[in-house]
Amino acid sequence: MFAIIDYGMGNLHSVSKALERMGESCIITSDPQVLREADGLILPGVGAFGDAMYELAVRGLDSVIKQEAITGKPILGICLGMQLLFTGSDENGYYEGLNLLPGHVVRFSGDLLVPHMGWNWLSFKHPHPLFRGISEGYVYFVHSYHVQATNPEDVIATTDYEHPVTAIVNRNNIYGMQFHPEKSGELGLQLLHQFIRLAKKTGVEAR
Amino acid sequence: MITKRIIPCLDVKDGRVVKGVSFVNLRDAGDPVELAAYYDRERADELVFLDISASHEGRKTMIEVVKQAAAELSIPFTVGGGIGTVEDMFQLLRAGADKVSINTAAILDPGLIEEGARRFGSQCMVVAIDAKYDPALQDWVVYTHGGRNRTERKAIEWAKEAVERGAGEILLTSMDCDGHKDGYDLALTQAVADTVQVPVIASGGAGNEQHFYEVFTKTKAAAALAASIFHFQEVSVGSVKSYLQERGVEVR
Repeated sequence: MFAIIDYGMGNLHSVSKALERMGESCIITSDPQVLREADGLILPGVGAFGDAMYELAVRGLDSVIKQEAITGKPILGICLGMQLLFTGSDENGYYEGLNLLPGHVVRFSGDLLVPHMGWNWLSFKHPHPLFRGISEGYVYFVHSYHVQATNPEDVIATTDYEHPVTAIVNRNNIYGMQFHPEKSGELGLQLLHQFIRLAKKTGVEAR
Repeated sequence: MITKRIIPCLDVKDGRVVKGVSFVNLRDAGDPVELAAYYDRERADELVFLDISASHEGRKTMIEVVKQAAAELSIPFTVGGGIGTVEDMFQLLRAGADKVSINTAAILDPGLIEEGARRFGSQCMVVAIDAKYDPALQDWVVYTHGGRNRTERKAIEWAKEAVERGAGEILLTSMDCDGHKDGYDLALTQAVADTVQVPVIASGGAGNEQHFYEVFTKTKAAAALAASIFHFQEVSVGSVKSYLQERGVEVR
């Protein structure tokens, strides 16, 4: 069972339906106990970084996520959810994130349309278990801020928006996708499916 | 680089697609969810549902349509029409819409854009603008209430203000070109797209593949919307994309 973390923000319905279409059972919840019992956590999110951290904190979910991350539970952050995994963000001031991965979230700069909105090409930086049997292609992005990871090796896929933009991150059990896999056609669903597969494998190994 | 988006628009009234649909290959061409799923398979980049229900019941039905669409679709979709409050936005976003589009309500209360952007983020706040050229003023004027009421606002200035207030995208419909199938309003689209730093969706006037090529090469439009030509299968999403790709416009 996978748990989609409900903290009052984000499009939870689409993610859960995408999982259901893969035959994967999941639950949308803000109950810490259910999160602790889940095989893996999905942290969605749209909106502003500071608001999201606040909503997590008032529900005590920030500490639950951090504790579960330490146990090795697979966690996937989507869009803003990926940004929340990092050290902090410049969005509307400075806000600390969950700090599961080192790096900062900054606004796009230069002569660009912001938000970065639409379908852009996903480039895999190197072979990774997440990409097994999957080819590069277009996925759907919508964001005004982007992640600058401190460790370049944590970034396993990028897209090009004048400059390389962090698109997928992974270190150990922590995963993040800046685009919306649940809104990215077949390729998005394949990546989501592969995360589920890897997460289940991790769970078996941990036991 | 980011691709140009092709967006079919579905007009929905009381839970049914109302105009311009002549599909023979769908079980129920009036079912917005089935039609939306068809466009998803056709590789449309996004969809827009425009709710033209007049009644409270009709709007409630729209929430159900949105829930079903969110369950079926693997591409993003925007819902517009009749959204008047932040609570309306919340209901639609919570039901699974990726973006909400506001038009008349934003003119009546521009603060609504700020409230929505603050609560849900600019990325899901689309401001729709219906514009018509006024030869006397030599400028485009904004209309509300589905094009029935003329306002004092100029389209370019309003687009700029909407973005300053937090709109993440502008859906720009030319009332002069809409329905004529003679092509998008290139002058209007360019004028607005040159003014704002957010994506602009061109709307109104598409009649063939070349019109999409023109709007993407002669203006900075990030996306192009069409309704009846797709619904009547005069052109397909696929044929538009092939046409663009052959001529060097990047599409998905």
